[in-house]
Amino acid sequence: MSPTPLLRVEDLRLYFGTTGGVVRAVDGVSFELEHNQALVILGESGCGKSSLARALLRLLPRNVQTYTGRVFVNGTDVMKLDDERFRREMRWTTISLVPQAAMNALNPVVKVGDQVAEPLMVHRGLEKEAGWQRAREMLQRVGLPADFLKRYPFELSGGMRQRTALAMALVAKPQLVVLDEPTSALDVLTQANIMNVLKEIRRELETSFILITHDVATSSELADRVAVMYAGQVVELSDAARFFGRPLHPYSQKLMDSVPRLREDKKLEFIPGEPPNLMNPPAGCRFAPRCSFRFERCDQEPPLIDSGDGRRVRCWLYDSTVSSSESRVSI
Amino acid sequence: MTIENQARTALATPQHGPLLSVRNLRTEFELRRWVFGRAGFVRAVDGVSFELKRGEAIAVVGESGCGKSSLAKTILGLYRPSQGEVFFEGKNLAGLNGRDMRWYRSEVGYVQQDPYGALPPFMPVRRILEEPLIINGVGSKTERERRIREVLEEVRLTPVADLLPKFPHMLSGGQQQRVVIARAMILRPKLLVADEPVSMLDASVRVEILELLRGLQRAHNLGVIYITHDLSSVRHFSERIFVMYAGKIIEKAEVRELIRNPLHPYTRALLAAIPDPDPENVHIFKPVPPGEPPSLLQPPAACRFHPRCPEFMKGLCDVEDPPDFEPVPGHFVMCWLYR
Repeated sequence: MSPTPLLRVEDLRLYFGTTGGVVRAVDGVSFELEHNQALVILGESGCGKSSLARALLRLLPRNVQTYTGRVFVNGTDVMKLDDERFRREMRWTTISLVPQAAMNALNPVVKVGDQVAEPLMVHRGLEKEAGWQRAREMLQRVGLPADFLKRYPFELSGGMRQRTALAMALVAKPQLVVLDEPTSALDVLTQANIMNVLKEIRRELETSFILITHDVATSSELADRVAVMYAGQVVELSDAARFFGRPLHPYSQKLMDSVPRLREDKKLEFIPGEPPNLMNPPAGCRFAPRCSFRFERCDQEPPLIDSGDGRRVRCWLYDSTVSSSESRVSI
Repeated sequence: MTIENQARTALATPQHGPLLSVRNLRTEFELRRWVFGRAGFVRAVDGVSFELKRGEAIAVVGESGCGKSSLAKTILGLYRPSQGEVFFEGKNLAGLNGRDMRWYRSEVGYVQQDPYGALPPFMPVRRILEEPLIINGVGSKTERERRIREVLEEVRLTPVADLLPKFPHMLSGGQQQRVVIARAMILRPKLLVADEPVSMLDASVRVEILELLRGLQRAHNLGVIYITHDLSSVRHFSERIFVMYAGKIIEKAEVRELIRNPLHPYTRALLAAIPDPDPENVHIFKPVPPGEPPSLLQPPAACRFHPRCPEFMKGLCDVEDPPDFEPVPGHFVMCWLYR
């Protein structure tokens, strides 16, 4: 482990003001990411995972009500940078984003080459010639032929456009790439292809990834570590090996049990009820109303508790001060 | 036609024989250039034949653009086939007049992919469910109300009284999909066509909806055609799997047999590409056939998969269309490897 992590997030909050009230989309999220590591942020729709991506890249909509916390990149608190410096020093060159449905985010009337080279020309001040050269290398790296530079996005299939967006995010050699649902709109084979490309890039370029997804099975293809989000909070932080073996938090366990497996016959579970409204999350543990292990203590909000083996979980079952009867025996 | 009449019609038809029989079905869409010029045909469904028994669930699996939704819509009578026939309880769909078509639609329920898009936003749940009953002239207001409550109980949208006055936007995705299912079930159909019924829902809700469909299938002895791209959920919710590629059903088998013993090179690639949650995946590169599924406007000659196939045999696969072979009883595959 290196002394300064690539990314350290402390108590990050992003609230949106709406006519109905304040939506607490990201509500006190903390985690760390080492160099050359892949962290998966796993959660269902509305848990705040895409808002977390926006908060990290400071791509905020107009109705932000609260945006606080600390985000250290290589030890520097980037929340202190003004917007202009953040844009110049962070975006594309240090942290880049492959947004959700990136394949539809490309400009249809600009050639692939110009779009992929744009971060280099804008941020690194490269001439078009040199930019296209680097763009060509990057396209090949993501598995696209070099003559695609002269094509337009509408000529490409969904999978090819997704790779183009990936090439664009990688071209300025950022240390961290945030991928928001990179494969969810793609077919199985295309998805497998993109995951192969990402694995290769990790080996060759030593880039760190944050992969934001709802897809448990696909997330296991890239994850070194896993953070599970529920109702705006991280409820479990774990290394991938033990997480996919058996997660700790009752929500993570249920989520894992709801995933159909191709190669295994297993009774599937579902989680009764609905995720809470982020405008008015339940007091205490936010999962408690749907949890089968609920006990009195759950009326208070649990902190992220160290489970004793390096994993952290927001659940009172893992608190060593909980008295015997409802303790971890039940898990 | 009323429910009673329907019951009589149903009694008149023999209960043996398949519920649905599809013979050499072909659905084409004409691409026009300017006004009169013809740019060609997109052959979305190309020579599909199968039979569905009463109470049986089949899953049609394939990637986007393989024609699986077009197949569903042709069976529903929403698209007219350019060739081939669909028989429902022995009656040819092509021969049905307007009134018979209304009978057919009451016998076949349709569960759409996007529940929010499938529900009229300006109608409360009660009205959404009452419409099919009114159109089919079912009973009095009180009878209709009774049936609506019954069906909502069945799809477990309870408490019913709270749900009836709600508009679709007031419901969660899972609840919306239950309303869609309730609407599909309200006329007591014999066949349910579900086109990607859970692809828009979260993982934790998916299982609940799929179990609901499975429960309805068993309780009412429904035939179910389940269209999906998600092979791993299929094994829990259907008896047979049909794999579709470029408009053709290239492999058909019982669920367990197909997953344990995939024969077509495409099916093998598809199964190999599907991950199960396993930390070992990080170290594994999946074999993926090169290229992309073909355009249905100008598909490759003969076997449609031959340009991507690792087992390609020159002079055979690119020359002649493979017929259905049956190397294992009940397991059909369109591939020259099994000649």
